[in-house]
Amino acid sequence: MNITVTVNGETATHDVEPRLLLVHYLRDVVGLTGTNVGCDTSSCGACTVHVGGESVKSCTMLAVQADGADITTIEGLAQGDVLHPMQRAFRENHGLQCGFCTPGMVMAAVSLLEEHPHPTEAEVREGLEGNLCRCTGYHNIVKAVLAAADAGDSGAAATGSPGVAGRVPASAGAPS
Amino acid sequence: MIPARFDYRRAGSTDEAVGLLTEHGDDAKLLAGGHSLLPLMKLRLAAPAVLIDIGRLSDLSYIREEGDAVVVGALTRHRDIEVSDVLGRHVPLLAHVAGQIGDPQVRHRGTIGGSLAHGDPASDLPAACLALGASITAVGPTGSRTIAADDFFTGFLETALRPDEVLTEVTLPKATGAGWSFQKFNRRAQDWAIVGVAAVRNGTAGVALVNMGSTPLRARAVEEALASGAGDAEAADHAADGLEPPEDLNASAEYRRHLARVLVRRALQEARPST
Repeated sequence: MNITVTVNGETATHDVEPRLLLVHYLRDVVGLTGTNVGCDTSSCGACTVHVGGESVKSCTMLAVQADGADITTIEGLAQGDVLHPMQRAFRENHGLQCGFCTPGMVMAAVSLLEEHPHPTEAEVREGLEGNLCRCTGYHNIVKAVLAAADAGDSGAAATGSPGVAGRVPASAGAPS
Repeated sequence: MIPARFDYRRAGSTDEAVGLLTEHGDDAKLLAGGHSLLPLMKLRLAAPAVLIDIGRLSDLSYIREEGDAVVVGALTRHRDIEVSDVLGRHVPLLAHVAGQIGDPQVRHRGTIGGSLAHGDPASDLPAACLALGASITAVGPTGSRTIAADDFFTGFLETALRPDEVLTEVTLPKATGAGWSFQKFNRRAQDWAIVGVAAVRNGTAGVALVNMGSTPLRARAVEEALASGAGDAEAADHAADGLEPPEDLNASAEYRRHLARVLVRRALQEARPST
């Protein structure tokens, strides 16, 4: 089936098998391997991307479900050499150890601050509930998200994400 | 993990979804947010020949007041329920429970209709709907019908929905100002409840249990004890009466019975009207 998606601002059309998972589409078809496959069971959050401006686990979504959607992956956050404020906060606060969970953590954190621009530490921990760090390096991850929030860098403006209203348009739902 | 092959059909309307279900019968499954079905398909525990995607039926995503009730469209996402002002005012238990499901990513995709239609005894929303006395609307080839939540969950992952019906709406009686509580006990963040309890006290008490049997269920013995004048602690002692909770790596049946008694007591105390 043909799908057309916008990934990090670029529109792409591909013929995909209906059972192809979004994460495999992004990695193997579009060639963006920043999004990791961790647990493959919608637990660990390593595969978190934004669909219509909201964080989702791309291992638990079919590529055909994303037809017509605006998708942002970790590769889409930085503007050229300029890191996204959340990426900068992770770097400045050493919010990573092995780095495997980092793309998903950053994507989840950007989505969290869009919904909740000034979270408490407890709210950050709860808001990142869907992302597991196998190094257990949560301390600095939480610190980084709080620093990004303090800087007033919710990330909403930087990613240009349309938020809740930007979900897959109903008009894209014509029978195929 | 890759799901088995299936034919993908996208429904443009509820009627079209019903038509596709009628055409494909038991071979077909509806796909909404996919957060119950896709994990099962990836594990090959489910392998429908036809997947009918209703995820784009945006006319089934709404929350609105209708007289003494709040009606919620089947495709309303958990996140939208969690942050709904209308639900927060009139059915706060539902909004709170939706905010306890999985994690933010899951709540961005999962839908109330999908959660109910899946009928998992370990899910949070079915118990909330039971405690609240919700009713469920389904549309089939001959029109729509309403099913009380009490009659909806018929077996393990089985519901009263017929193979050619689409769950379209959930009706929740307003419980404005009622006492309520949701107790979810788990070991790890984002996990399913080992045992959960949803309680509403609004003159009478509605108490429902998560993961205490093969279906989401009412704690009838607790409700009856309260109705006949028992105190909270005494009523809570009946939480596991007649129930056969599952045993798994997380808990033995006896541990679950114990948890149910403790959590029901806490729920009843928290939901006690503040008069």
